[in-house]
Amino acid sequence: MFYREAGQYKTSYAADMAIFPLLQDRIGIAVILAVLFVGVPLFASEFLISTVMIPTLVFSLAAIGLNVLTGYTGLISLGTGAFMGVGAYACYKLTTYFPGVNIIVWIVASGFFSAAVGVVFGLPSLRIKGFYLAVATLAAQFFLQWCFVRVPWLYNYNASGAIEVPLRTLFGLPVTGPNATPEARYLVLLSIVVGLTWFASNLVHGRVGRSWMAVRDMDIAAELMGIRLLPTKLLAFAVSSFYAGVAGAAMMFLWYGGGEANDAFNINQSFLILFMVIIGGLGSLIGSFFGAAFISILPTVLKFGLPAMGVPLGGATAEHITYLVVGGLIIFFLVVEPHGLARLWQIGKQKLRIWPFPY
Amino acid sequence: MRAPGGDTRLAPGDVLLSVEGVSLSFGGVKAITDVSFDIRKGEIRAIIGPNGAGKTSMLNVINGFYHPQQGRITFKGATRQKMRPSVAAAQGIARTFQNVALFKGMSTLDNIMAGRTLKMRSPFFWQLFRHGPALTEEIAHRKVVEEIIDFLEIQAIRKTPVGKLPYGLQKRVELGRALAMQPDLLLLDEPMAGMNLEEKEDMSRFILDVNNQYGTTIALIEHDMGVVMDLSDRVVVLEYGRKIADGAPDEVKRNKQVIDAYLGVPH
Repeated sequence: MFYREAGQYKTSYAADMAIFPLLQDRIGIAVILAVLFVGVPLFASEFLISTVMIPTLVFSLAAIGLNVLTGYTGLISLGTGAFMGVGAYACYKLTTYFPGVNIIVWIVASGFFSAAVGVVFGLPSLRIKGFYLAVATLAAQFFLQWCFVRVPWLYNYNASGAIEVPLRTLFGLPVTGPNATPEARYLVLLSIVVGLTWFASNLVHGRVGRSWMAVRDMDIAAELMGIRLLPTKLLAFAVSSFYAGVAGAAMMFLWYGGGEANDAFNINQSFLILFMVIIGGLGSLIGSFFGAAFISILPTVLKFGLPAMGVPLGGATAEHITYLVVGGLIIFFLVVEPHGLARLWQIGKQKLRIWPFPY
Repeated sequence: MRAPGGDTRLAPGDVLLSVEGVSLSFGGVKAITDVSFDIRKGEIRAIIGPNGAGKTSMLNVINGFYHPQQGRITFKGATRQKMRPSVAAAQGIARTFQNVALFKGMSTLDNIMAGRTLKMRSPFFWQLFRHGPALTEEIAHRKVVEEIIDFLEIQAIRKTPVGKLPYGLQKRVELGRALAMQPDLLLLDEPMAGMNLEEKEDMSRFILDVNNQYGTTIALIEHDMGVVMDLSDRVVVLEYGRKIADGAPDEVKRNKQVIDAYLGVPH
């Protein structure tokens, strides 16, 4: 009833090709942005911001990155965790050498380092596909993780062998380091995520995105139409790793506040992000957000929500049950809707369009 | 739609593509043996022959997907031995496939827009913002694509994912995608396979219209002899990878070797 496109005539190709062609969608996105930028910092508790919002945003960024590669270009990667690590260490080195430059610049710039590494490990993708490529990207995961631990230069020869996030400020307010408030970190992160999501959305709706999807759906036909496979695939690797790198830097500097590579950027992280992409929906940007929110919020909800509802859960049991439930839900969702939460969202919107009529 | 881009020096009737002494083998299997023929600008050239005669292999050689062991291919005056398919595309050779090779996850519009990729030049930087040159370019190409959509009468399925379309329409979208490249030479691999009579008539009409309106040179493989004889200006007949006849449809129809190839020889 409220979600109707009746009467919204498009009189130009520009209007028809807009990313949000419906007025209701544009209002919706404006409301969501207002809530995220103003409502959350003003009214949400520190706990909510630091255990729900920040992790979700970091994972969303990583999931968008992997979705560009796996969902849009059809190349499976199990090296996302390592590419995130490259971003984190690049950011650490950069801010150590140039402490005067704003940390936000370095968080975003560190993506370029991980993009370069991603391109190198993407080279085999011209010859190998599917499971074999997944195995080749595993090499990236193990090799880079080895570097993070064995090359002390990367962590500035710290005794702890970990990244120690220094204090950095923006307009006099600390945004990284132990003194930064969750609100400040959240707002910086949110700005980065919104900006990069906008870029990703522009890319996938234009020539670049069409080339990626063409390679994914039928690479032979794509090549016969003049889309060169290697540059297209390498661009996908570069963009994907860029997002992963920024996500990794943001994870270390805006969320964890320091930590060791073996915990943060291991193979589990790669799998986790792959799950997010699959559950959220391959080839869908909004699906990346759904998937990231699902996987990062669910454990928190189970851990804190169930005791609040009166279901007694303690320590180890809570953790085990969380694993069980998350696993069960993943299987449930994949059986019910193999195309992920994004497809459910689409179906919901379609139903809303004709509501209250069934068809 | 503008006239197909590319070489204007060639007048209709000049040789657009010539194949000279091409042989192709896969290990011990000889797919094509010493085949020569030419395609003239503006004509509809049919390649026919029984199953396994090497027709599709011939198309694959022409658009650079297979590299022949011997022989030369001259397109628009430039001779080449080996070529990447993307280079052939850039020179103006487009192609449809025997088994529909559309981009299944994309809409009709996006599929045909993808056919314009080679003509799109706006830098990556502007792609990021979808503004300025990137948007202008996108709109300009959308106009061309809309003309193709009107031409093929597929307005209603513009935004439908092609995976959901019936087979006949998929074939039509694939033709649209090839037309979007504004090719000098259009290769059609069995454009009417698996269609009913009505769909075949529609498709024949589109092929003739493409040839008449845009002056596109067409080489097609087809098994329906009625269609081939009606549409094509000249026919080349292959059997077991060798050329057994070449000429106007009526000539070929009366050729003893062709009749034997199709009907068999009494022992």
